Amino acid sequence: MLAILKKEFNGFLNSLIAYIVITVFLVAIGMFMWVFPESSVLEYGFADMQTLFNMAPWLFLFLIPAITMRTFAEEKREGTIELLLTKPITDLQLILGKYFAALLLALFALLPTLLYYYSVYELGNPSGNVDSAAVVGSYIGLVFLAGVFCAIGVFASSISDNQIISFVVAVFLCYIIYTGFDLIASIPVWGSYSYFISQLGISYHYNAVSKGLIDSRDVLYFLSVIAIMTLATKLVLRSRKW
Amino acid sequence: MSVEVKNLTKIYGAQHAVNDISFTVGQGQILGFLGPNGAGKSTTMKIATCYLPPTSGTVLVSGHDVVEDPIAVRRNVGYLPEHNPLYLDMYVHEYLQFVASVYGLKGKVARARVQEMVELCGLTLEQGKKIGALSKGYRQRVGLAQALVHDPQVLILDEPTTGLDPNQIVEIRSLIKRVGQNKTVIFSTHIMQEVTAICDRVVIINRGKLVADSDVASLQAGGRDEKVTLVEFEQPVEEEALQGIPGVLRVSIAQGHTYRITSRRDADVRSNVFRIAAERNWPLVGLRQEENSLEKIFQELTK
Repeated sequence: MLAILKKEFNGFLNSLIAYIVITVFLVAIGMFMWVFPESSVLEYGFADMQTLFNMAPWLFLFLIPAITMRTFAEEKREGTIELLLTKPITDLQLILGKYFAALLLALFALLPTLLYYYSVYELGNPSGNVDSAAVVGSYIGLVFLAGVFCAIGVFASSISDNQIISFVVAVFLCYIIYTGFDLIASIPVWGSYSYFISQLGISYHYNAVSKGLIDSRDVLYFLSVIAIMTLATKLVLRSRKW
Repeated sequence: MSVEVKNLTKIYGAQHAVNDISFTVGQGQILGFLGPNGAGKSTTMKIATCYLPPTSGTVLVSGHDVVEDPIAVRRNVGYLPEHNPLYLDMYVHEYLQFVASVYGLKGKVARARVQEMVELCGLTLEQGKKIGALSKGYRQRVGLAQALVHDPQVLILDEPTTGLDPNQIVEIRSLIKRVGQNKTVIFSTHIMQEVTAICDRVVIINRGKLVADSDVASLQAGGRDEKVTLVEFEQPVEEEALQGIPGVLRVSIAQGHTYRITSRRDADVRSNVFRIAAERNWPLVGLRQEENSLEKIFQELTK
């Protein structure tokens, strides 16, 4: 698995993908946090990082599918999938290698934003007047969210040999699972079920974790979605044998 | 036995891609795997490398079953797929290093093996280049190096010489021959000379069925007891005179003044033809024996 992870991650670094993703992410987040008056911390007057944690999921919604779209789609198109699947590794090792490479890149994009935490921390009056627990919780939530998006992205990549299709499917699925369930729940026909439906979405659990309260139910939710998506990918890879 | 194909059947929908094939290949043998396009060669190879599962029957590679123990099979097999897929944006050295690590080779051992393969496959000058920048012949060498890096007992090559120029074909062939000395090699091809050049044995399949399984020499003898000699004169001659040579069965005109003399396999008519020509003062301009060529045998078997 490590061999695959290393190869995939080197692939990101050698093609421009890694640099573009990280740059776009940091520039966009930076603009939202410090420049645009709508959402700027400086204009807002409170030392918190809500802007980062509100915007990052939306950026991930587009950037993670861009990272993952080639993982399997390209291997299928080039025929190299046949090489990989005749090597002594299991399908699961292959999927996880690719999955963690994509997740690692997303986390690398997230890493420099810790600098923003330091800035906000220093800007507080008195210095250090920040809800650190909420920030830690939000970061954990963001890592889980990236984890789910990567799993969806890898799955979307496995169902097609066309990267564009993989990208569009991944963005759509990520959107549905991020806020789509909330929107569906808001249709006034579900009665008491609407609460249950909104619980299927990420945003419900993401917001819960963001408050700084790490509930095992939320963690379990994220891990289950990742597991389901990984198993779905495995099923798709196996389908060549039917 | 290194590779043992037992009653292998693969069905796609209603089509029998491979239909009840059995053959074995021993250690150190080079097996030519022949058949027209769509005969089921690639399918058989994909099953033997655990890429596809068989519908029924099985393949044993070094004693491991492809269905029961695919990981052990994959560890023992080096595989060069048809069309030789490669990561074009990787460097040759980087790619071989990656393949070595997938096979679980680490550190010094991996580096030594990669270096050995680079030298063996003649990639020393190209190892720092991107695979995408290599010519087809060199890519084929990278594909072979990749299949050999973990020193497998069995080498499965799917049309390793297609699309190469004649010089490259000769190089790849000699490479296969060199590395195949103590391995089991199965390779598929359309080119008949290739089989005579490097194979010990031939298996021919047609429409999923096995039609021949023998060594090259006895296939060439082909069960026939006739051979053909072509004789060319400068002017028309009497066929009856040629007919009178001992051992001759038939004489016919091949084209112009060239005569096709069919004789028994054990009789050599050439010296007699020469004597008759000299006696009657017929200027003889050509005299050759027609080999019972593999192409012909192939065409007959796969009609």
